[in-house]
Amino acid sequence: MKHALKPSQYLILIAVMLTASVGDTLLSRGMAQVGAVDLHHLGLLWQALFNPYVVSGIVLLIGFFASYMTALSWADLTFVMPATAFSYVVVALLSRFWLHEHLSIYRWAGIALIVCAVGFVAGGPSRTEHPDEQHELGLMDSGVGR
Amino acid sequence: MNATTVLHIWSAIGGVAALAVIGEVLIAAAMRKLGDLDIIREHSGLPGAIRAVLSSPLFLVGALCMALNFFAMLYTLSIIDLSLAAPAIASLTYIGNAIAAKIFLNENVDRRRWLAVLFVCVGVILISL
Repeated sequence: MKHALKPSQYLILIAVMLTASVGDTLLSRGMAQVGAVDLHHLGLLWQALFNPYVVSGIVLLIGFFASYMTALSWADLTFVMPATAFSYVVVALLSRFWLHEHLSIYRWAGIALIVCAVGFVAGGPSRTEHPDEQHELGLMDSGVGR
Repeated sequence: MNATTVLHIWSAIGGVAALAVIGEVLIAAAMRKLGDLDIIREHSGLPGAIRAVLSSPLFLVGALCMALNFFAMLYTLSIIDLSLAAPAIASLTYIGNAIAAKIFLNENVDRRRWLAVLFVCVGVILISL
């Protein structure tokens, strides 16, 4: 099958979902500890760099950027998009099962919709074929999965 | 809330979303042009892959847009609540991305992808209620 993803590529997409959501959660937790930053307290930003939550959040977001760009190098933007949206689902589930927050029926419905969206897109091809790109691509990976 | 305030709020939201769309489409175009990063990494290692990405002008302009997007987002959050800004910006960005990907990246946005965009938009709005 054309454009079947390799297991390593599925791992990259899972990394996109997890690093974005966990990174954001860590950052917001860290910044809550640091306190509100405004123009008169810019020094707090420097202090934030010594907060372990903030530092691990930044590391994860760098990982997010790397895996997101790797995914875009072999898949369409409209294919990767639902995967990034899935990080909303991960955040909601983390707040439910880790922070024991209550999830309303609306949020569960939102989770269900995004999961469906990922399902729709994952069933289709990951990359649009452009005839003019065939040649270059053919040179780079000689016949993998073709 | 008078008309000027409403206009101000929605132009801020629209501006943030537009910067995100321009940034993401430029970065996607840069990555598509570069080719499979996994293969580049096999050939020239991680430093080679990073060098390849950083030497792409499309990527640099896209990254600049993302940086501007970040500051525009900070400004927007100073005039409106996160509970309105986050879902509004996220859903506009998803719709804009799909339209821009179809027009500028020539992606084949078929019915299942449009449906996914619609579901993601509604889903994001529901989750942030």
